[in-house]
Amino acid sequence: MSPALWYALVGALLVAVAFAAFAAHTHVVRRLLAFNVMGTGSFLILVGLAQHERGPDPVPQALVLTGIVVAVASTALALVVFRRWFAATGRVALPEDDTP
Amino acid sequence: MIDAATPLIPLAVVVPLLWAVLTAVRPQVRAAWLVVPGLLAWCTTAALLWSHVRAQGVTQYALGGWAEPLGIGLRADGLAATLTLVTAVIASACALHRLLSPPAEFADHAARWFWPLFFLLGAALDGVWLAADLFNMYVGLELLGLSAVGLVTVAGTTIALAAALRYLLAALLGSLAYLLGVALLYADYGTLALASLANGFTASTTTLVALALITAGLCLKTALFPLHGWLPPAHGAALPPVSALLSALVVKASFVMLLRIWLGPGVSLLVPAVAQGFGVLGAGAIAWGGWQALRHAELKMLVAHSTVAQLGYLFVAVPLLVDASAAARASAWDGVMLQVVAHALAKSAMFLASGALIAAVASYRVDDLAGVSRHMPLALFAFGLSAVSLMGLPPSGGFSAKWMLLQAALASGQWQWVFVLLGGGLLTAGYVFRVFRASFLQGAEDRFTPTPLGWDVVALALAASAILLGVMAVAPLEVLRIGAPPSVGLLLNGAP
Repeated sequence: MSPALWYALVGALLVAVAFAAFAAHTHVVRRLLAFNVMGTGSFLILVGLAQHERGPDPVPQALVLTGIVVAVASTALALVVFRRWFAATGRVALPEDDTP
Repeated sequence: MIDAATPLIPLAVVVPLLWAVLTAVRPQVRAAWLVVPGLLAWCTTAALLWSHVRAQGVTQYALGGWAEPLGIGLRADGLAATLTLVTAVIASACALHRLLSPPAEFADHAARWFWPLFFLLGAALDGVWLAADLFNMYVGLELLGLSAVGLVTVAGTTIALAAALRYLLAALLGSLAYLLGVALLYADYGTLALASLANGFTASTTTLVALALITAGLCLKTALFPLHGWLPPAHGAALPPVSALLSALVVKASFVMLLRIWLGPGVSLLVPAVAQGFGVLGAGAIAWGGWQALRHAELKMLVAHSTVAQLGYLFVAVPLLVDASAAARASAWDGVMLQVVAHALAKSAMFLASGALIAAVASYRVDDLAGVSRHMPLALFAFGLSAVSLMGLPPSGGFSAKWMLLQAALASGQWQWVFVLLGGGLLTAGYVFRVFRASFLQGAEDRFTPTPLGWDVVALALAASAILLGVMAVAPLEVLRIGAPPSVGLLLNGAP
């Protein structure tokens, strides 16, 4: 097995595990963590699989850098909105997921 | 290719981005002296770009002189130029609604962040319309999602916060699926520029998985039935100008991306079964959205469910774009383009008019509109005009769009879509007449809150332009055909 494929498989595994966590949890912060793990998995696939056969390639690295910035920004925004939601209602999950 | 007018393409993104920065330096709730010049600059740039593309055809620009793949390529075809112009016009109308709002609307401390987020949303929209490769589309889509979520929270209510969180989780999941798909495509083809992918995808496993991920992610973001659950609460809970922007333009961004991918490199894989599948989901959206709009108690939720239904028309057009004769495909392209623009104008008018009606009766419920017809005739007239376009009654942009889709369905013998299109019109009539029925009832006197006249005028102007689009559809359609995908565009462009 080539290292490239190995990276991609680990990435796919991370994405699958994180997606299961995203679906299973209702706590918004846990879902955010799952989202971040999912993002890491897709970055592994992007860097790993894309190097396949062509040697080091700057394009996927630029893409992953952009992707990391986007993920950090999304997480920050989600945390701000979640904090306002938590301060206003005292809940940690969305109303439809909240089992009292 | 480089001429004096070419920098217009980056300017269409840079101008709103610049104003996003300027308004963020010292965020203020109402900074007309700063906002109005920004809107003027934005509209001027968009109009110049539109007339440039109209005269010169498809125009490209490599940002900073860096060629692809490392550089950022921008490309203005007829669709991109038209949507850039429509974005500038609708955004300006929404901004005027905001500027004319009474001080009570600015009570929440988050209200200061409206303008930076508003202009960022505009820059992201223009970024998506003008993107020439799959990754820039991703960046635009992410910026769009984040600024849209931020704008929903500006309403400040707990309902809006919950809706924003739900919207954000859906948006994150959607864009991550898209990014994964893009990663797989890059592994397969070594490029993400739509132009260098033009030879078409091959039916390898990687490509099929990638297309499935991209399609699922973008359908979630377009709120295609049955992935629409996040849309009505978010569009219903936001401020009226924000709802108008979200329903009119934001959901169209991911649809345009789907269209560019599937009708561009993906067209060889868009076999009839897949295309008909899109059509079935679209028909489901029309039926479900219409049904929910018929029975929802709140006015803005009714309008938001109407968006779910109207987005269905765009997907019903997909089988007509590929699985039909050349003439029918051309007609379907015209229809889907007009539907995008006509729905954007009509739905933003309807949300702004609804905002005025809701403020006047100080209630979200349709049943509480009793008597509003005498108190707010202008806002109700704007609501009615936009409803004419949504129902597809002549003469309106919505009518022309649905007429062309009907013609495409008849010409290709796909009778099932004829029934869907006609039934959708009836459902639309059903839910808008609910609003009229309620508002023409005799109501209690002296319980109306006065609202700014400017709100009604802005909504009326947008609704009137949706009607005008039906009367003068030829010029916009000619531009919308520029750079249309070869699979639908051969007949349109008069090429061999």
